[in-house]
Amino acid sequence: MQTEVEAPGVEPRDVAGGVTVAAVGKAFGPVRALDGVSLRAAPREVVAVVGPSGCGKSTLLELVCGLAEPDAGAVEAAPAALMPQRDGLLPWLSALDNAALALRVAGVGKAAARAAAHAHFAAFGLEGFERSRPHELSGGMRQRVAFLRTLLAGRPVLCLDEPFGALDALTRAQMQRWLADALGREPRTVLLVTHDVEEAVLLADRIVLLSPRPGRVIATVDVPLERPRHRTDADVVALRERALTALGGEA
Amino acid sequence: MSAALIVLAGLAGWEAIVRLGLVDDLILPAPTQVADSLWTDRGLLAPDLATTTWEVLLGLAAAIAAGALLGIAMHVSPRARDALRPLVIGSQAVPVPVIAPLVVLVLGFGLAPKVLLVALVCFFPVAINLYDGLRDTDADARKLLRSLDATRWQTLRMLELPSALPAAFTGMKIAAAVAVIGAVFGEWSGSDAGLGHSLLTANGQLATARAFAATVLLFLLAVALYGAFALLERRVVDWTPRSTPRSR
Repeated sequence: MQTEVEAPGVEPRDVAGGVTVAAVGKAFGPVRALDGVSLRAAPREVVAVVGPSGCGKSTLLELVCGLAEPDAGAVEAAPAALMPQRDGLLPWLSALDNAALALRVAGVGKAAARAAAHAHFAAFGLEGFERSRPHELSGGMRQRVAFLRTLLAGRPVLCLDEPFGALDALTRAQMQRWLADALGREPRTVLLVTHDVEEAVLLADRIVLLSPRPGRVIATVDVPLERPRHRTDADVVALRERALTALGGEA
Repeated sequence: MSAALIVLAGLAGWEAIVRLGLVDDLILPAPTQVADSLWTDRGLLAPDLATTTWEVLLGLAAAIAAGALLGIAMHVSPRARDALRPLVIGSQAVPVPVIAPLVVLVLGFGLAPKVLLVALVCFFPVAINLYDGLRDTDADARKLLRSLDATRWQTLRMLELPSALPAAFTGMKIAAAVAVIGAVFGEWSGSDAGLGHSLLTANGQLATARAFAATVLLFLLAVALYGAFALLERRVVDWTPRSTPRSR
């Protein structure tokens, strides 16, 4: 399956960076968000970080993206692009300009940035919505625009913060399949933060389970399953149960 | 609809009170007398309306420019904020009627003092609303731009300014509504034209109906200016989903 997503000059210089987080701790005043968290993502590996709300997952991504410094431990990461929790689309920009935002910030001219973003619109199922404002798009489309913007930042590492958390169950399932496809076409190193164990099993090569605050690594689960994966596959179900049990069995 | 009814009822009551002789129409002219004066004195009032409108427009333009600069400066630089905020707030404690004669004394009887007084009344809501709007930018979007290594200038231009536009328009609408106050006090303190001047002379001549007519024009001017900014806002801030306004 060959999909034409060429956009010369704006593709990442190097998409083969990895992430190493070593015994990282981070506190906000008296609140300890992370405590001794270690994880590794090899180049082009998808690592899901799963844990209950408030376990410092978002903080972890901020550390990897260089938005904050850890109090303890070390973060070693190739340049990373962040997709914030609520898509972070700018309401006054069209879908096309939102997708092109990272390029504009990087100094690419308006026409060139738009052309580069538009080259992906068909593959992202966004054709015909170039001029639509975010509030005119469906939840799934907004996420795709946000993901395209993240992709076009041209960084080897993508940090996705609960990308589908706000979607209804059906759209979420569609988007999970879509993301798996998109990453198949354009493999990147991905840190995927989610509270949905099933999502993690479907998308990730490895799952890091975090405890409630302060976030500590409870377990790391490898997902050595072939793609495409389906939520009803016996292996997927078994792994999901294993992960849920490790998290405290709130299945 | 109901607003029109309330106004109509008020006008009818007012008319009745004057017609029944409950008040001297030298003190309170009936609405019909005011309307009559609006028409018969149009040769006197029209140039005054033009003068005041011009003063207000120039003053508003100056206020918006100054307010925008102040709002942005206070947002971008903490030092500028600490230095300017007390002055900006304090400027609003100065009573316009007190300062107006001084301004006229310094700047003369021409256009300049009126423009300055309008600007003095109007820059504050623009500056403060813009400043608040700039600070109120969505935290996620801010994080996003930071992760893209956006410069301070890029963050301001691509994120903070567009995001602050609705707040800025709120400031400009408030400014538009109060702008005539500055112009009228300026004209009272020394002028031979404008609706404020017209008010003074009409009062002096006991031409109460004409004084009321001038007041009506001031009222309409403020409403029209506010409406113009509201209209502009709709055209510029076209990204927020709006519940379709039915009748206004």
